[in-house]
Amino acid sequence: MTATVRTQEEIAARVKALESILIEKGIMTTAAVDRLVEIYENEVGPQLGAAVVAKAWTDPEFKARLLANGTEACAEMGIGGLQGEDMVVVENTDTVHNVITCTLCSCYPWPVLGLPPNWYKDPAFRARIVREPRKVLGDDFGFDVPDSVEIRVWDSSSEMRYWILPQRPAGTEGLDEKALAALVTRDSMIGVGAAKAA
Amino acid sequence: MNGVHDLGGTDGLGPVEIPENEPVYRAEWEKAAFAMFSMTFRAGFFGIDAFRYGIEQMHPATYLLSPYYEHWLHTIEHHGIEKGMIDEAELDRRTQHYLENPDAPLPAEKEDPDLLAFVDGVVKAGAPAGRPSDKVAQFKVGDRVTVASDVPYGHTRKAKYVRGRTGEIALAHGTFIYPDSAGNGGPDAPEHVYTVKFTAEELWGAEAADPNGTVYFDVWEPYITPAKLTTAEEAA
Repeated sequence: MTATVRTQEEIAARVKALESILIEKGIMTTAAVDRLVEIYENEVGPQLGAAVVAKAWTDPEFKARLLANGTEACAEMGIGGLQGEDMVVVENTDTVHNVITCTLCSCYPWPVLGLPPNWYKDPAFRARIVREPRKVLGDDFGFDVPDSVEIRVWDSSSEMRYWILPQRPAGTEGLDEKALAALVTRDSMIGVGAAKAA
Repeated sequence: MNGVHDLGGTDGLGPVEIPENEPVYRAEWEKAAFAMFSMTFRAGFFGIDAFRYGIEQMHPATYLLSPYYEHWLHTIEHHGIEKGMIDEAELDRRTQHYLENPDAPLPAEKEDPDLLAFVDGVVKAGAPAGRPSDKVAQFKVGDRVTVASDVPYGHTRKAKYVRGRTGEIALAHGTFIYPDSAGNGGPDAPEHVYTVKFTAEELWGAEAADPNGTVYFDVWEPYITPAKLTTAEEAA
């Protein structure tokens, strides 16, 4: 086995070659590729997780169900599926800040956040976030977590998929669910940022 | 396996590179590589654990430097060739053809409504790894446990940085496919899964650790044994 670093052109040719074999064998079609690509480009993304968070912020009973069983609570809103078959939602508070990672590969809760950004899958984040989380959040993400706040890092080594219920921003008492959902960012549900200020 | 993919705690990788905005797919080939996973999964190339093990066996330098979806390409090829579904020489020949003729068309395809239905079905329903078992859980929330120090050669989800470390069970999840069996060509062999809470000090030592940090890591029951009592606990 040798190390090879291929160019984009070389990878593209390799993928097309493999695709051509799979098409001839009836394993794959370009129509199915287009459908799957479209789902994660336009249908399944962090707007779904944001809707769940906004509901939890406004409905204490739903929030309790969400923290007790993430999968079942999301299913109430018709949200769930591939790579989120078993979801656990953890709550940020004044004393605890949570952040998720997958040090062994790239596991991520697709049904609520869509496909992960590249930095989440890259070696630097996975290597450092379990060892120096406060420094990574502050230096790399510009998100300072005071020393008095405990940082809990959730490493998704199994099929359980963790994600974060961020704190509701101050001054949002009058906002409805839709307006609140607009404040919830992907990064706030990974734990590398906070929800937007009102 | 003790591979470079097991990155938790590795130093020297530099800052996290965070572009302002990036598309879901950065190139056309990424779309095909992403979609290929679900379809080759359906065709029986691998389960999720074997899929991961194929990636872990990449050359470490290639693993660290290649774009993410090239990892997927690698494991699909690995298992396709191993299962006799892909002829490597033919794949090399076609690669050369598309390298010289990047705009050459793909072969004509037949419509396959079953495949389209599978795509929508699997996205919605998922592919759960929970499996029933009559095994009785040997541990409960609050138990202190130590992760085994064994370093297996095959696929495992026992990361280097938790081996030999002691923590407390925070959550108990029920029984799931066991990666150390399924990822190495064995049966599902379901085992209980627990989330174990480790203090940063236990993982990295008092000098380097964040004094107010914890890491939660999921283990399958065979990974852990009851923690030995500390000297203070024995005395008490």
